[in-house]
Amino acid sequence: MAYAIEGTTGPWEVVVGLEVHAQVISQSKLFSGSSAAFGAEPNTQVSFVDAGFPGMLPVINRECVAQAVRTGLGLNAVIHKVSRFDRKNYFYADMPQGYQISQYEHPVVGTGIVEVELADGSVKQIGVTRLHLEQDAGKSLHDQHTTKTFIDLNRSGVALMEIVSEPDIRSPEEAGAYLRKLRSILRYLGTCDGNMEEGSMRADVNVSVRKAGEPYRTRCEIKNVNSIRFVMQAVEAEAARQVEVWESGGEVRQETRLFDSNRGITRPMRSKEDAHDYRYFPDPDLLPLVLEQSWIDALKASLPELPDAKQARFRSDYGLTQYDAAVLVAEKATADFFETVAKGRDPKIAANWVTGDFFAALNRAGASIETSPVSAANLGALLDLIVDKTINGRIAKDVFEAMVETGKDPAAIVEEKGLKQVTDTGAIDAAVDAIVAANPDKVAEYRSGREKLFGFFVGQTMKAMAGKGNPALINDTLKRRLA
Amino acid sequence: MALDPTTIRRIANLSRIRVEHDQLEPLSRELNGILGWIEQLNEVNVAGVEPLTGGAQMAMKMRDDVVTDGGYPEKILANAPDRNRQFFAVPKVVE
Amino acid sequence: MLTDLTIAQAQAGLKAKTFSAVELTQAHLTGVDALNPRLNAFITVSHAKARDQAKAADEAIARGDIRPLTGIPLAIKDLFCTEGIRTTAASRILESFIPPYESTVTANLLNDGAVFLGKTNLDEFAMGSSNMTSAFGPVENPWKRRQDQNAVLVPGGSSGGSAAAVAARIAMGATGTDTGGSIRQPASFCGLVGVKPSYGRCSRWGVVAFASSLDHPGPFARTVQDGAILLGSMASHDPKDSTSADRPVPDYQAACKRGVKGLRIGVPREYRVDGMPAEIEALWQQGIAWLRDAGAEIVDVSLPHTKYGLATYYIVAPAEASSNLARYDGVRFGLRKDGAELSDMYGNTRAAGFGAEVRRRILIGTYVLSAGYYDAYYLRAQKVRALILRDFNEVFANVDALLTPTTPSAAFAQGEKMDDPIQMYLNDLFTVGANLAGVPAISVPAGLDSNGLPLGLQIIGKNFDEETVFAVSAEIERAAGFTALPQIRAGM
Repeated sequence: MAYAIEGTTGPWEVVVGLEVHAQVISQSKLFSGSSAAFGAEPNTQVSFVDAGFPGMLPVINRECVAQAVRTGLGLNAVIHKVSRFDRKNYFYADMPQGYQISQYEHPVVGTGIVEVELADGSVKQIGVTRLHLEQDAGKSLHDQHTTKTFIDLNRSGVALMEIVSEPDIRSPEEAGAYLRKLRSILRYLGTCDGNMEEGSMRADVNVSVRKAGEPYRTRCEIKNVNSIRFVMQAVEAEAARQVEVWESGGEVRQETRLFDSNRGITRPMRSKEDAHDYRYFPDPDLLPLVLEQSWIDALKASLPELPDAKQARFRSDYGLTQYDAAVLVAEKATADFFETVAKGRDPKIAANWVTGDFFAALNRAGASIETSPVSAANLGALLDLIVDKTINGRIAKDVFEAMVETGKDPAAIVEEKGLKQVTDTGAIDAAVDAIVAANPDKVAEYRSGREKLFGFFVGQTMKAMAGKGNPALINDTLKRRLA
Repeated sequence: MALDPTTIRRIANLSRIRVEHDQLEPLSRELNGILGWIEQLNEVNVAGVEPLTGGAQMAMKMRDDVVTDGGYPEKILANAPDRNRQFFAVPKVVE
Repeated sequence: MLTDLTIAQAQAGLKAKTFSAVELTQAHLTGVDALNPRLNAFITVSHAKARDQAKAADEAIARGDIRPLTGIPLAIKDLFCTEGIRTTAASRILESFIPPYESTVTANLLNDGAVFLGKTNLDEFAMGSSNMTSAFGPVENPWKRRQDQNAVLVPGGSSGGSAAAVAARIAMGATGTDTGGSIRQPASFCGLVGVKPSYGRCSRWGVVAFASSLDHPGPFARTVQDGAILLGSMASHDPKDSTSADRPVPDYQAACKRGVKGLRIGVPREYRVDGMPAEIEALWQQGIAWLRDAGAEIVDVSLPHTKYGLATYYIVAPAEASSNLARYDGVRFGLRKDGAELSDMYGNTRAAGFGAEVRRRILIGTYVLSAGYYDAYYLRAQKVRALILRDFNEVFANVDALLTPTTPSAAFAQGEKMDDPIQMYLNDLFTVGANLAGVPAISVPAGLDSNGLPLGLQIIGKNFDEETVFAVSAEIERAAGFTALPQIRAGM
């Protein structure tokens, strides 16, 4: 069922295009040598270039260009060997030069494709219109003083990639899936950390609504939405607002809006009321950006495996289900973790542990792969202990919990706690004898046909052996003694 | 003419230069004089000509991604007309 | 007098310890103190710093560390940012701006041992051809009309203060910037050598931008050789300027001695314009004869789009300026005039901070870039600019250099040509082509008009071939034997 907003006049289709601003991972800024790191004291990571001082000139950072090209390649996009930087002229307190250096007419990356998987298992292609490089602005702090706005220029000049999608998105779900997929690709490529909370990835959301078969109606742009959840909410709220406007006989005005996440509504952005006339023109301080094919080829050759390819490989090489493969490749760190665990072991068991106990433990601890107390090597070692019968599956769960708590390796925990599986048949025989002797009535019931009671005997035996008995041997012994 | 007082008002606003009302007419005359003179370029046949954007005829060099600058907030803030702690300050902006 | 020496002579005197760097600098500072109240050539005089630098120069000479400009007192156009010394661009908006950095060109000069006397006056943000638009008042040209000693003449512009200072012998040389003729026109008006090198030869880093694709730093000097010495020091490849050329800087002094024998010199017929004074035409013919006599071959050439250069310039330059000057917003440096809201603060600051000509150009520039007009004005101008470059390229396939007059008139009086901006713009008629094409050009003093005012001839060369331009300029200088002196000068 296609997503639609039900209005009083019937269903409305939602049309969404996203402009994602992704902060490029680099040491220094796009056009200056000051640090691009996040979170420094105000105005400490600012050069005279970033602050727009008289006579200051931009010089482009090769790595930022390489990151844009890598991203373009990762989006299956056309790389433009000649591109150009333009000035986008407008005044804002945190934009020191009075213009933003951006790529308007000739972006470095052209059209590409992002494939997203939806909840119903279907796959949809979202077109990428373009990707271009531009400078970030500084930060305006409005809440520090009653009558003043404070300006911190640390972000001024940090490289951004603006990734513009086609208006191919038709629902909040698709918008979320597109952003998650895009973020995953960027993280795989190492071109953007995708951290929306710190603002290193943010989206401008273009929304319009229409009746089936109509041409596009007027759209509104919701600026700077900073989480995937908010993007999905903003699409829904804005589409509903527009439906209401149209249905009440009004006209949707093209405008820039903000999403108020507390109230779940969008509202017009006051500072953008001015008519847009950015007076783009080629930045005369810069020359055309000309890329050698050999350089592009070298970047292409060094690209990591991307999520789509990895997912296909996980299914074919490891025999994983589509669901498990999709879950495991969503984050590169997860995929790497899984592969370390699976190496030389049964991949399905590895996948079960990673997506099961391991994810659950991370969730409980509020930890990520990076901060996980259990390393991939240790989880692998735990699997080895099961396979070589050092411990049984039940004990393995306890050992795993101990690993989560202590971060220790499983062999040490098994040793320390004496959890080694008992395979000594004498000890098992003795334990079984004791249980049989202590429960004559249950033995009689079992022998008279209540086979369900077998589990009771296994449990009692295991309990008597503090869980360390080899389950197969216990089964065999019980079967013999109860026969 | 192209640059009527309304247009002057618009471009003055885009340029963030306050223009008093009584300056609009004289400015309009002056700027139209210049524009009228500039329009001699319409005589030139520019069909098929690639625009020349700059003085330098070369490709752009790229610099290495190394932190070589910044780290001098006092120098950055020293000329500020209004400074509050480590920030530049401007009249409050409502977004 | 020490102030009459050329840079080359002063170098020799310092090396021979005939006089000290402190004495040389003091002689110039004395001249500045005596004449600047009248000439208004300097906006800021840095007495103490200059003396310190001169003292350091004497110490360097004593230990044998003699660099190309050790102890040479220079004037710096107040468009070059100088660390710790106020830099105003002759604008109220930067009246109190003290740069925490040194421009590459002035850093090169300092590294070569130069002494800076101070910062010279100019048209506000280099926008003008008379120095009349300076927020710090006009500059008086040290030259006087023979028949009208009372008339106060302009030194030309925009680098008017630099030209007046070097002409009046209160600086041995100076830096300028040339966006449409701002070095060559004042050089011509003040009887000086003015050098506009190729685009990219001198770094623009730290030079307050007017029109980025047209701005060229370059020197003023009293001789071609001094111009060669100064350019040799100012020029460098600067990784901080993306448009800086990564080419070795040639030995310009050696090039001055090459002569012109065998060179093909083009004379562009389009520079013979209606209404050009007969004396300028005559001087041009004289220049042609000098070069022919020295063994050059004279070739009649055509630069068909010459007449469109000025109109092209007056679209491109204001367009770039409207954007370059957006950073003067009262937030981080310079003047601020408060307002209730941010936009009022901007509007008030920029209305109060910029003078009429700067405001005019920002408005024109904003207009030609604005939605609906970009193609008709800016884009068309860029295409005509391409045609102008093509003209030069085609001509330079056949000739080694071009010879033209520098200006269509000699220095005019303050107040003349002020009513009509276009009349003022016509000053740049012959100079603007070299800016649009980025090719090197030098103005050399070649004679006097009937009023006794200096007139310059312009030599234009191929891109990055300043050497040939210096060779031809030196030949004109030799042949012209220009020895006339301005009436107002140090020691008078």
